[in-house]
Amino acid sequence: MLKLNDISMVVGNDQGENREIIRGINFEFEAGKVYGITGPNGGGKTSLAKLIMGIYMPSQGRIYLQDKDITPLSISERAQLGIIYAFQQPPRFKGLTVKDLINIARPGIDNLHLRMTLRDVGLCPEDYLDRDVGPGLSGGEMKRIEMAQTLAREAVVSIMDEPEAGVDLWTIQKLIAVIVGRYKKNPRLTTIIITHNENMLHICDEVLVMESGMLVHRGTPEEIWPHIKDEIECKMKEQCSGDVAYEIR
Amino acid sequence: MKLDEIQSNLLKTIADLEGTPEGAVNIRIDGSPVLRHSSPGIEITPKTDKPGFDLTVAPGSRGETVHVPVILTKAGLKDLVYNSFIIGENADVTIIAGCGIHNSSHMNSQHDGIHEFILHPNSKLRYVEKHYGEGRGKGKKILNPTTMVHVAEGASIEMEMVQIAGVDDTVRNTTVHIGSKGHVKMIERLLTHGSQHAESNVEMYIDGVSGSGQVLSRSVAKENSEQIFRAALIGRSDCTGHVECDSIIMGDSKIKSIPQLVAEDARAVLTHEAAIGKIAGEQLIKLMSLGLTEQQAVDTIIEGFLR
Ligand SMILES: Nc1ncnc2c1ncn2[C@@H]1O[C@H](COP(=O)(O)OP(=O)(O)O)[C@@H](O)[C@H]1O
Ligand SMILES: [Mg+2]
Repeated sequence: MLKLNDISMVVGNDQGENREIIRGINFEFEAGKVYGITGPNGGGKTSLAKLIMGIYMPSQGRIYLQDKDITPLSISERAQLGIIYAFQQPPRFKGLTVKDLINIARPGIDNLHLRMTLRDVGLCPEDYLDRDVGPGLSGGEMKRIEMAQTLAREAVVSIMDEPEAGVDLWTIQKLIAVIVGRYKKNPRLTTIIITHNENMLHICDEVLVMESGMLVHRGTPEEIWPHIKDEIECKMKEQCSGDVAYEIR
Repeated sequence: MKLDEIQSNLLKTIADLEGTPEGAVNIRIDGSPVLRHSSPGIEITPKTDKPGFDLTVAPGSRGETVHVPVILTKAGLKDLVYNSFIIGENADVTIIAGCGIHNSSHMNSQHDGIHEFILHPNSKLRYVEKHYGEGRGKGKKILNPTTMVHVAEGASIEMEMVQIAGVDDTVRNTTVHIGSKGHVKMIERLLTHGSQHAESNVEMYIDGVSGSGQVLSRSVAKENSEQIFRAALIGRSDCTGHVECDSIIMGDSKIKSIPQLVAEDARAVLTHEAAIGKIAGEQLIKLMSLGLTEQQAVDTIIEGFLR
């Protein structure tokens, strides 16, 4: 379905030195499967997602979608071919409402599905449909609205970048149920979830671990989780003074 | 009232009018009134000393909407009009104004409207004014509105002034006086393109105790256009005031934004926020990742911003 062929990406830093942040990735994502990507911060997960969406361009390698070489295509063209990326940090818009964004994601969506989509991410349609996706929303609300657009679009390849970040436990469970119900059982769709959340990882068919711009492990959640558990918990404690340790257990 | 196609289209654009509106109305075309109706609650009478009308809303009259659009289709016309809006005590009405110019010639068309609003105690007014110009000729479409607003005790006005396209040159001067417990909310939406020039000067005096004033301006400047926005809030008692001006700048345009706060009483609380910036790259990327082209993404962001 989505094939990464020897993908590398080099960026320059302030000192004018070049650094390879994605290093020779080869992988084929299949249709009908849910993939998890995890690994330490700075490992290159978001960069890989942006390479697939066309937000970043690789310095080497090719990307194929359903055997078509999409490497030279723009973001818009890739979106039209059926790729969507739910941002780790979604931008805010003054004057565009939640309804506007979902309508752009899914032109012509009917009222019933519009409302259902919002409920799926734990937002009450009455309260949110006409809200500005602007400075008045919290980080967690932004993440849920971002997920709502992704759900509404029903793309053939959906990449979700830490959908659980800043979202309450109850909504995470809800999201997991929606991903299982809508994506995992659909043989046409490929889903890639970048996550540190144990429950999210456990619904994946396969988990990839990224570190220093490389895929260092792949396996089932059961195989991978014991290896990464300690490191993730330890990182989370460091960053959030322990608050999140509870969440990933 | 018989209108040609250009005239009916202009009326539709600026006042959302089709056919002859119900209730009180005043339609001015090419310098003379073509339709004027009063209603039991709203009386419209011509001024005797100069062009224009007095629109008087009877005390306690509530819920009516009155349309007072102006359109110019004759090239080279310079239209000057004085209108007074007197809103009686406890009345509550909506006034839809607006000016549309069609000019395909090489001569300038200009409308200068001098509007005075007098709000009696505890009255309430929503005023909407849209400016629009069209036509391919070299002749400029010029609009220079001057607006004076007096808000008496406990009265409130919400003014929405929109200029979306086609006006080449505009200088808008607005002066507002707010009495005790009076409220004013002024919303400006402005888009300029080509080599257009737009200037808006607002002076808002909050004279009375517990008065409040807000000026909220959003604008987009494209291509080589220029905008100047000055908003001064003068707090003269135990009052509150807020100015917000937020602009998107594109192409080779220029924007000057000057919010000014003047406190003449130690109890006045006045604040302002001003921002000018281009469209954020992340916003474009986000909309493109939902399938829009770059141009569609830009248009969507601007349309939302000015809504
Ligand atoms: N546009 C960029 N320019 C320079 N460095 C970048 C850019 N994007 C990402 N990086 C760097 O690449 C590394 C991987 O980042 P990222 O892909 O965000 O990792 P992750 O999502 O796994 O936390 C980090 O060191 C980050 O600073
Ligand atoms: Mg990341």
